[in-house]
Amino acid sequence: MSTQVKDTIQNINTDFEVRSQNAICVNQSELNRPLWSNWKYLVAGIGFGIILVKSEVVSWFRIQEMFRLQSFHMYGVIGSAAVIGIISVFLIKKLKVKSFEGEEIKLEPKKFSKGQIYGGLIFGLGWAVTGACPGPLFAQIGTAATVVLVTLLSAIAGTWVYGKFRTKLPH
Amino acid sequence: MNFIEWIKQPWPWYVAGPLIGLTVPLFLLLGNKSFGISSSLRHVCAACLPAKIPFFSYDWKKEVWNLFFVAGVLLGGVAVALFLSAPAPVVVDERLATELQQYGITNFESLVPTDVFSWPQLFTARGIVMMIGGGFLVGFGTRYAGGCTSGHAIMGLSNLQWPSLVATISFMAGGFIMANLILPYILKL
Repeated sequence: MSTQVKDTIQNINTDFEVRSQNAICVNQSELNRPLWSNWKYLVAGIGFGIILVKSEVVSWFRIQEMFRLQSFHMYGVIGSAAVIGIISVFLIKKLKVKSFEGEEIKLEPKKFSKGQIYGGLIFGLGWAVTGACPGPLFAQIGTAATVVLVTLLSAIAGTWVYGKFRTKLPH
Repeated sequence: MNFIEWIKQPWPWYVAGPLIGLTVPLFLLLGNKSFGISSSLRHVCAACLPAKIPFFSYDWKKEVWNLFFVAGVLLGGVAVALFLSAPAPVVVDERLATELQQYGITNFESLVPTDVFSWPQLFTARGIVMMIGGGFLVGFGTRYAGGCTSGHAIMGLSNLQWPSLVATISFMAGGFIMANLILPYILKL
């Protein structure tokens, strides 16, 4: 076997492991789909963005109220979203529902790591400052708060620095 | 009030929350994808500047759906700004409004307060700490935690993963510490 072929095989075998490191939202599909087929995620994103903005989840003020216990709004949004999510996942598992492309739906449970505590605290600190978790950062830019682009680039830099020093951090 | 006028009002939590929750089954059904957003930041790193770092050495094209999704979220923001925005200022809790006044935050016209987040503010100490510092913490922390509000608090909890509950509690703890104990000093800058 040529080294090139070996390399390719190794890449295929470990790619999913690397991709799913420190990540929840992973593509579990084994189908190879052309680039244009992703239009449906763009449309879903537009809908999601509209919901985030119209419900003011992207508002710095709503986030401040949440962390000062001055409003129930954000607790209601996240809580009811989780309840609907729990019911949906339960039904998908129970009824063994297949995806629209006919695949068995896979959900890999995540293992506990101390990163969820340390990283979670760090993200929480940032969330209360920017008033935005990653989704709202994108939506805020769309609502013409163009300066948030700087915050987004800084978040990408933060992600990069984490990746760079990942092996030196406690997990 | 007609429908268009109605949807231009801020949406209550019991409308928005369940719709957000439905994103979980939607993505599973559309293409066997677990819902989440912060990974998009990692895919940008993997696509633009992997620098041979093992954490960014993977086939990001397999996750390109996530980049389409966040591009859509941005366009959703544009759509609201163009067609669905409410003309009224943001309603802010009185206690918060009084507190913010001390720090010169008095403009409640937009969801993102322009007294803190605007291009001119980027050249002030407060602006740098809040926009650049805050953004960095969001990007570093979400990846370290392995997910953000969408990945852990919604997708992870939906799948009843207790590590996601730990992460969600940590997010909230970090937020409470910042908003109540540290942010007042930053806002004074």
